[in-house]
Amino acid sequence: MSLALLALFVGFGLLIGVLFGFFGMGGSFLVTPALLVMGYPSRVAVGSGLAFVFGTSVIATLKHRDLGQVDYKLGVLMIAGTTAGIEVGKEIVLHLEELGMAGSIISVTYVFLLGGIGVFVTYEALKGGDDDGGVDHDAADAEVDADDIPDIAKTIQSYRVPPMMTLRGGVQVSLWMILGVAFATGLLSGFLGVGGGFIRMPALFYLIGVPVPIAVGTDLFEIVFSGGIGSFLYAMDGGVDLSIVLPLLAGSALGARVGSAATSIVDESEIKVYFGLMLLGGAVAVAVREIGNVYGIGVFDTVSLVLILGSALLVSGAVVYSSVTALRNEARSSSTIAD
Amino acid sequence: MIDVTSLPPVAQAAALIGVVLLEAMVLYVGYGAAEQAIGERLIERIKNT
Repeated sequence: MSLALLALFVGFGLLIGVLFGFFGMGGSFLVTPALLVMGYPSRVAVGSGLAFVFGTSVIATLKHRDLGQVDYKLGVLMIAGTTAGIEVGKEIVLHLEELGMAGSIISVTYVFLLGGIGVFVTYEALKGGDDDGGVDHDAADAEVDADDIPDIAKTIQSYRVPPMMTLRGGVQVSLWMILGVAFATGLLSGFLGVGGGFIRMPALFYLIGVPVPIAVGTDLFEIVFSGGIGSFLYAMDGGVDLSIVLPLLAGSALGARVGSAATSIVDESEIKVYFGLMLLGGAVAVAVREIGNVYGIGVFDTVSLVLILGSALLVSGAVVYSSVTALRNEARSSSTIAD
Repeated sequence: MIDVTSLPPVAQAAALIGVVLLEAMVLYVGYGAAEQAIGERLIERIKNT
């Protein structure tokens, strides 16, 4: 591996770490498309993406454990459903790879999923909404107010198929509904090679009705296992490349500390619109690459990679810039009061 | 030095994941120590520039 490529991976990991540390999600979905754009085989792009997610989530979970934001019972149930989903998702990828269609179908799924979530988050941010699945860093681990439970979650909670489970925050939901949501998110996780945070965390909130802080902590706890199991399964098929994973992780671990520190300084709502635009940027990047492949336009691959890196750079740069500005403003106002 | 490629696939996969886990733990501890050592000074410096 060249020094330039090593620096690229460490730098890319740093950007992703800032996003992961700040938003509690939104890292891995950039890695797999970037590796696909760089010409790695689908199996390596997906497997290495999962291994990277595993390492990053270990670090993030260690922090969230101290905040008491993990529902272990829910986490274990999610692991059971997700494991089955990942295995099915992986089999689909391997089958599609044999047919020579894996790259295209994974890319198209990415475009629609990222694009859809990107439009939703951007719309909510511009509208001034506050419940789009992002992390409310100040929310307490309290009993859930019925008004705060999304309508879909209320419907799912109303299907009282025994056995019923009582989760933290007083949420009651059928075991089968939890397993169903876990399986569906696991399927996407195994298929797309992502830890599933940007799918599962909103799913825990919108579909099951778990309070956002617990959804984040439990999701991270679960990603440790889903990412670990997923990358283990891919590693057995030669899909994990340590020369990709190790430098990415070295960068993301540092970035995650910067992003976490920024959460106590910057208001997330200021950054949310950038996050939505970044998701859209990722979706456009994958679409551009696919169009380039179909029409044989090589330069589209480069355009796509620039879009992915640019999107991550834009948002992580906005986080860092806002933090620095907020710190300086705080220092100025302190000195003004002192005068 | 153990030749990992001579191990069965399950053991190879476990070794790969073990390496990633080990790196994560080392980075958590290492960067944590660095944050404690220079974090406050860095923030003060940013405030004063």
